[in-house]
Amino acid sequence: MNHWMVAPLLLPLAAGMVNLLLTGRGIGPQRLVSLACTVALLAVSVVLLGSADSGALSVYRLGNWAAPFGIVLVLDRLSGMLLATTGVLALLALLYALNGDDRRGHNFHVLFPLQLLGINGAFLTGDLFNLFVFFEILLIASYCLALHGGGAARVRASLHYVVLNLIGSAFFLLAVGTLYGLTGTLNMADLAVKVAASGPDQTALLRVCALLLLVVFGLKAALLPLHLWLPALYGSATAPVAALFAILSKVGIYALLRTSTLIFNGSGPAAGMIASVLPVLALLTLVAGSLGVFGAQRLRALIAFLVVVSAGTLLAGIGQANVKGIGAALYYLPHTTWVTAGLFLLADLIARQRGDQDDTLTRGPAVAQPTWLGSLFFLGAVAAAGLPPLSGFIGKLLLLQSVAPRDGLWLWSEVLLSGLLALVALSRAGSRLFWGSQSQRPGQGAVHWGRLGPAALLLALSVALTVGAAPVSRYAEDAAGQLLRPAHYIAAVLAAEEAP
Amino acid sequence: MEALAALTVAVLVACGVYLLLRARTFSVVVGLSLLSYAVNLFLFFSGRLLGGAPPLAGAATATADPLPQALVLTAIVIGFGMTAFVLILALRARGELGNDHVDGKGEKR
Repeated sequence: MNHWMVAPLLLPLAAGMVNLLLTGRGIGPQRLVSLACTVALLAVSVVLLGSADSGALSVYRLGNWAAPFGIVLVLDRLSGMLLATTGVLALLALLYALNGDDRRGHNFHVLFPLQLLGINGAFLTGDLFNLFVFFEILLIASYCLALHGGGAARVRASLHYVVLNLIGSAFFLLAVGTLYGLTGTLNMADLAVKVAASGPDQTALLRVCALLLLVVFGLKAALLPLHLWLPALYGSATAPVAALFAILSKVGIYALLRTSTLIFNGSGPAAGMIASVLPVLALLTLVAGSLGVFGAQRLRALIAFLVVVSAGTLLAGIGQANVKGIGAALYYLPHTTWVTAGLFLLADLIARQRGDQDDTLTRGPAVAQPTWLGSLFFLGAVAAAGLPPLSGFIGKLLLLQSVAPRDGLWLWSEVLLSGLLALVALSRAGSRLFWGSQSQRPGQGAVHWGRLGPAALLLALSVALTVGAAPVSRYAEDAAGQLLRPAHYIAAVLAAEEAP
Repeated sequence: MEALAALTVAVLVACGVYLLLRARTFSVVVGLSLLSYAVNLFLFFSGRLLGGAPPLAGAATATADPLPQALVLTAIVIGFGMTAFVLILALRARGELGNDHVDGKGEKR
C-alpha cells in the first residue's frame, strides 16, 4: 500500500488539531502551522498526481480490512487531479489570508485545514457513507468559514446555505439507507457490482436512489433549481474564503461524475437515470448563470454567478458521458476553479481601494493602482469569458469539439451565448470600475504584494494551463477514459492485495 | 410492523417538511430536527425489522444486521451537532438582522 495516500487527510487533520491547541498563543504559530500544512499538502498532491498518471489505481485500506467490509481510499487520475487543484488553490488562498484576513474572525486557522480535510476526503474515499461523512466535515467547516468576518449579509446567506444543506444531508442519508437496504453494501465498487446484478423488482427503487443522489450532489454543485444559495453565499464571503469555496461546488460535480460513471454505470438497470436529465439541467444552469452574470450589480456577485456558469459548463461536458465530453470538462475544471478564485481575490483588492463604493458596479473613486489591477482584471476576464488565447477558450473549444454541431445545437448555442453574455458583463464591469471613475487622478499608494501576489498567481495559472494545454488535456482525456472503464476500478478495489 | 414503521417515518417527514416551509427560523430548526429523526429511523429500518435476532455473523438462525446501527449512530451524532449549530446561527441571525424571518426581511419587532 502506498502510505502517502492517507497524507492528504492526516496532514490537515493534524494541523487543525494543533491549531486548536495553539488558540490563545497569538496568531503567529497558527499561521506557521497552516502554511506548513498547505505547502506539504501541495507537495503530497503533486506526488500523488504523478503516481496516478501511470494509470494504475492505488487502493488504501484503512485499518487493513478487505474492500467490501472496510473503508478504502482510492486514488485514480480524477482524484489525483482534483487533489492537486485543491492543493494549489489552498496554498494561494492561505497566502492571501495571511495578510490580515485571518484576523477578522475566530479560529480561521482551525477551520481552514479542516475544510481541506473534508474536500480531500471526499475526493479520495471509495465508500458512499464515508463520502457522506466527509461531506459533513467540509460543510461544517464551510458554514463557519462563510461566517468569517461577521456581518448581516453573511449571516443571512449562511442561514439559507446551512438549512438547505441540512435538508440535502437528510436526502443523502435516505439514498444511502435505501441503497444499503437493497444491496447490503456501501463500498462504491461493490455497489456497482450489486446494482448491475440486481433483479427487475429492484429497478424502481434503484432509480429513486439515483435521482436522490442527483438532488444531493446537484445541490452542492449548484445545478439549476438548486443554485440560488450560491451567489449570495460566495458574494458575501471573505475573499480568501470565497476563493477556497471555488473548489467547493466542484466537490458536488466530482460526486455526480463518480456516481454516474461508477455506481450507475452503463450496464446496470438504473443506468442512464442521471445521464438522461443531466445535460438538460446543465444547459438550463448555464442560461440562469449567464443571466445572473449579466444582471449582477456587484463585482463579487458577478463572479459568484460565473461559478454557476462554470458548473453548467462542466456538467454539460459530463452529461455527454463520453471520453471527449468528460475530458473537456476535466480540462476546464482546474482552469475555472483557479480563475474564479483569482477573480474573487482581485475583487477584494479592487473593493478595498474604492472606499464606500466597495465592489458595486457604479462610477466611483479610482483605484490606487489602475495599471496593476486593470491588467489583472483584463487577464481574468479574458480567461473567464473563454476568449482566445487563454485556457478558457481551449476548454470551451474541447467541449464544443466533443459533439458535432448537428447533434449539439443546444450545447453549441448555449455555450457560445453564455460566453458572449459573460464577455459583455465583464467588459461593462471593467470599464465602470477602471474608466468610469469620477474622482481626481489615481493615487500612488504602494502595491500590496502580499495580496496582489496570490491573486496574480491564480490568474496566471490560466496562462500556465494554456502553455501546458497538451499534457493537461492528454491527462484529462486519460482520466475520462479511466472513469468510463469502471470494471478496472471495481477489480482494483475488490481485489486489493493483502498488506504484508 | 413494516406498515407502522413506514407510517412513523412518513408522519415525521410530513411534519418536518411542513415546519421547514414556515417563515420563522425556530419552526425551521424544529422541522430540521424532525426530518433528521425520520431519516435516522429510516436508516435503522434499512437493516430490516427483525425481533430478537442476535447481531452475529455465522449463526444458524436469522441475524440482525449491525451495520445500520453503526450508520445511524454516526448520523445521530452529525445531526445533533448540525442542529446545535443551526440553532446558534438562528439566534445570531435574530441578533444581526433584528427579526427571526428566514430571509431576514420580516417586520421589526
